[in-house]
Amino acid sequence: MKIIKIIVLVLLVAFVGIQFIPTSRNLSSTVPKTDFMLVNKVPTTIQNKLQISCYDCHSNNTGYPWYNKIQPAAWFLEDHIKEGKAELNFNEWGEYSDRRKNSKLRSIISQIEDDEMPLDSYTLIHTDANLSETDKKEIIKYMTQLKNNL
Amino acid sequence: MRKLKKTIGILTMTLVTLTAMSCKDGKKEGAAEPMSNEMHQEDGNNQDGSKQMANAGSNASDAIIDNYLKIKNALVADNQVKAAEAGGNLVADFDDFDKASYSSEEQQELTDIIEDAKEHAEHISESPMEHQREHFDILSKDVIDMIAITGTDKKLYQDFCPMYNDNKGAQWLSASKEIKNPYYGSKMMGCGEVQKEIN
Repeated sequence: MKIIKIIVLVLLVAFVGIQFIPTSRNLSSTVPKTDFMLVNKVPTTIQNKLQISCYDCHSNNTGYPWYNKIQPAAWFLEDHIKEGKAELNFNEWGEYSDRRKNSKLRSIISQIEDDEMPLDSYTLIHTDANLSETDKKEIIKYMTQLKNNL
Repeated sequence: MRKLKKTIGILTMTLVTLTAMSCKDGKKEGAAEPMSNEMHQEDGNNQDGSKQMANAGSNASDAIIDNYLKIKNALVADNQVKAAEAGGNLVADFDDFDKASYSSEEQQELTDIIEDAKEHAEHISESPMEHQREHFDILSKDVIDMIAITGTDKKLYQDFCPMYNDNKGAQWLSASKEIKNPYYGSKMMGCGEVQKEIN
């Protein structure tokens, strides 16, 4: 019994302790001119979907729900955002060369087609980020158009 | 007294836990160093190379083509591990590529190509085989465009498979005339045709 008590206490203290370790927040109040939505004429419905389903990890501004401000969830998220932004940052779209845009569009299309994005671990909590079959078709159609017009 | 001991014990354990966690970042930084050392060694090897006539650029593009062909051969053999290994080496080759001897326009083009190709090589180094093949498709286009600028001493065949990527088709480079399809491997080894001979 005593041991369990001690373990619980240790965990509790550790849990409180890690809250004081600083994390970098992915927040930005300005949308740069190079943003995907500003560079391209994106229909509003698709804009909304991309904003909700993609922009949290693929832009410079994440909408943080309260539980993502708590460790260790914040670390988990931080890693995902870092990786996501390195892979594709919609805010920097205008800076990509045409060759890279072509690659990115192809990856966007194939990831959505194969249901690999948005991540399951993300849609589990952000249920509104789930893409329906029609959403998927619309986004893929739009991205294919962009790709063909490069 | 016993209570105090307990509290001290708990605090120590907590400290140890926290220190262990903060160590993680330190290790990552340390691991980056040997890699850059390796790269310098490779540079040295290039300088020792016998091809003194050729400039540094075409030497580097030789290394790129070699590792590209290794990925191709691995995909032909349905070998994910070998493709990943060659993909990792190809990333380093792109980093080593020296653009200095090209015109500024060509340099810009090469920068774009390398930036894109490097990402595909990275993905090949860490993805399951079907993804490796998708990235190999775009990588092939990049390498073909790169060779159009840098040229090569190697004899290469530019092949085309009309079926891959939802019948949009995909190209690849090979050192031998015989068709061995890297997009389908053993499933459809002979699918494709020679589009063009380089050299």
